[in-house]
Amino acid sequence: MAEMTVIEAVRSALREEMERDERVFVMGEDVGQRGGVFLATQGFIEDFGPQRVIDSPLAEASIMGIALGAAFRGMRPIPEVQFSDFVWPSVNQLIGEAARVHYGTNGALKVPMTVRIPYGGGIRGGLYHSQNVEALFFHTPGLLVVTPSTPYEAKGLLKSAIRDDNPVIFLEHKKTYRLVRGEVPDEEYTLPIGPADIKRAGSDVTVVSYGLAMHYCLAAAEAVAADGIGAEVVDLRTLKPLDTETILDSVKKTGKLLVVHEDNISGGIGAEIAALAADEAFEYLDAPIARLCGPDVPTMPFAQTLEDAYMPSPEAIAAEIRRLAAY
Amino acid sequence: MTQATSSLPSETDANGAVAIARRSADVDALPDGLTAEDLVEVCRQMILVRTMDERIWMMNRQGKVPIAASCQGHEAAELGSLLAAQKDGDCFLFPYYRDLAVKMAAGLTPRQVMLSFMGKEGEPYSGARQFPLQGADLPRNIIQISNVVAAGLTQAVGYALACKMMGEDTVTICYFGDGATSQGETHEAMNFAAIHQLPVIFICENNKYAISTPQDAQMVVIDVAARAEGYGFPGFVIDGLDLVACYEATRQGIAHARAAGPVLIEMKVERFMPHTTDDDDRRYRDRDALDAARQYDPVAVFPAQMVERGILTPEQVDAFRADATQQVNDATDFADEAQPPDASTIYDHLYAQG
Repeated sequence: MAEMTVIEAVRSALREEMERDERVFVMGEDVGQRGGVFLATQGFIEDFGPQRVIDSPLAEASIMGIALGAAFRGMRPIPEVQFSDFVWPSVNQLIGEAARVHYGTNGALKVPMTVRIPYGGGIRGGLYHSQNVEALFFHTPGLLVVTPSTPYEAKGLLKSAIRDDNPVIFLEHKKTYRLVRGEVPDEEYTLPIGPADIKRAGSDVTVVSYGLAMHYCLAAAEAVAADGIGAEVVDLRTLKPLDTETILDSVKKTGKLLVVHEDNISGGIGAEIAALAADEAFEYLDAPIARLCGPDVPTMPFAQTLEDAYMPSPEAIAAEIRRLAAY
Repeated sequence: MTQATSSLPSETDANGAVAIARRSADVDALPDGLTAEDLVEVCRQMILVRTMDERIWMMNRQGKVPIAASCQGHEAAELGSLLAAQKDGDCFLFPYYRDLAVKMAAGLTPRQVMLSFMGKEGEPYSGARQFPLQGADLPRNIIQISNVVAAGLTQAVGYALACKMMGEDTVTICYFGDGATSQGETHEAMNFAAIHQLPVIFICENNKYAISTPQDAQMVVIDVAARAEGYGFPGFVIDGLDLVACYEATRQGIAHARAAGPVLIEMKVERFMPHTTDDDDRRYRDRDALDAARQYDPVAVFPAQMVERGILTPEQVDAFRADATQQVNDATDFADEAQPPDASTIYDHLYAQG
């Protein structure tokens, strides 16, 4: 086992898959000589050459359209969106096109494409380097949406995404890139897309989250444990498909549900999970379903005070867990 | 590559649409690789496509075809370019929604076409999930995913990129209308193709209207092909009603694409019908200009030329028409009696397995 950061795990997964399969290639802004602005592809152009490590023009729509067209011929492209905030020009190719290809060709065409997107805030990125973009993709049939929170999951899930024959939106929370460290097996492994992971067991309150916020939930669970409250933290890992079974099993056990995410509250992942619990675990609930999410403003603002006001904190999460436990 | 034909003199008419000087196709001096037998076969196809196109429109009026975009006026451009692609034997096509002639000449049967327009089970492109003849016909090397114009251009370029990466000789041919040239992805696609010298041909079927919006409200240049210079590759303007010219331009374009990268061929065509069966073009088309254009209708002119040159007899042309009517009648009856997809299939093929 080696300890590494999330970005090192991403780089390791990319490298292994490019070595394993010649059809895999990366394309995006500054992924070549620069190695990517977060250095996800550092050293790749030297090892794999400019044919497979393509510095694209600053044009997200065509990065995605070209990757999609290459997938039609049987390549396995990994387009990189430099920051999630820049994904919008390419959204037609993702939601309008890629998501509908297999269905819209009656199964004739596959889209083995993994779209890597650094997302999320808490890094003083302001309105255009912090955005949470997951809700839109979560809403789109035909896509898979993956949100790893640790190096182990980033590597295992990214390798699975690259080998999958469907378009995968692979969301890497950029604050976890160097903040979160963890053990990663030395040997080859993959993690299946779909199953959630119970990161901490508990019997009093179910806390569902993903990405950076999941780590804040773990910190909050640790804090409330001192008060004798057992919080069960469910790390979704994959948003689409959603692991409804793990969520419902936990809710039925604890009777209380808190969903935490950084993305805006309205129409977010939490709304769907709340509806799921209301639909299928209503008789088990002992408290109203709670959501602790980003406020309905356009992303976290630049000023420190405003960014802090936006981000969910371990303290706020702990307070919400205590409130539910006491309900 | 030498210029396939000289640029045609053109100017905008009172409606802002580009009017170009038309001329008859030169079927006497056939270019490389084109035989009289080819022209006979294309003549047969052209008559079949027009007969089908007219029947589809009629079936819309009978309430049996929900929507159709007619290719009337585009046949020479589509059949001429496709013939060059077929003779080459290693081309992949990204057509657009007005390319019925491309799709039929590529091998789709009249029955399949009618199944598609009526949205019946067995529809070959999408299983009747999409608008007619939209999706993919991989056995005939065709992909056309969506109705978002220009989205197919970047995909075609990506396809060409993959072919190059895999060391294959395939040339990708991408068709689009003048309307699509306003999209940013058209620029992005052409620029990327130029940077990587990809084997791709951009064929703009310029019929001068984006639904109702005439060309001078879409651009200030007369020729879309003029933009090619800005990307550093050649652009050509062709009379899109001249089948032989369209064949030859595409033939040379394929050779150029394979050897030296992208090329843009603008085929000046006419749109004889409204945008779709849901459109009424009387609100925006100059009827006199439309009538004037109709005298160059390739489906009338081309067979007449063939007879004039003694390549076909009038009886043979009549036989083509009779055969086309018979095939279209058969296809209509067949599709009319076919079943629509079962409602239980709505979730099929949402995700690829494995």
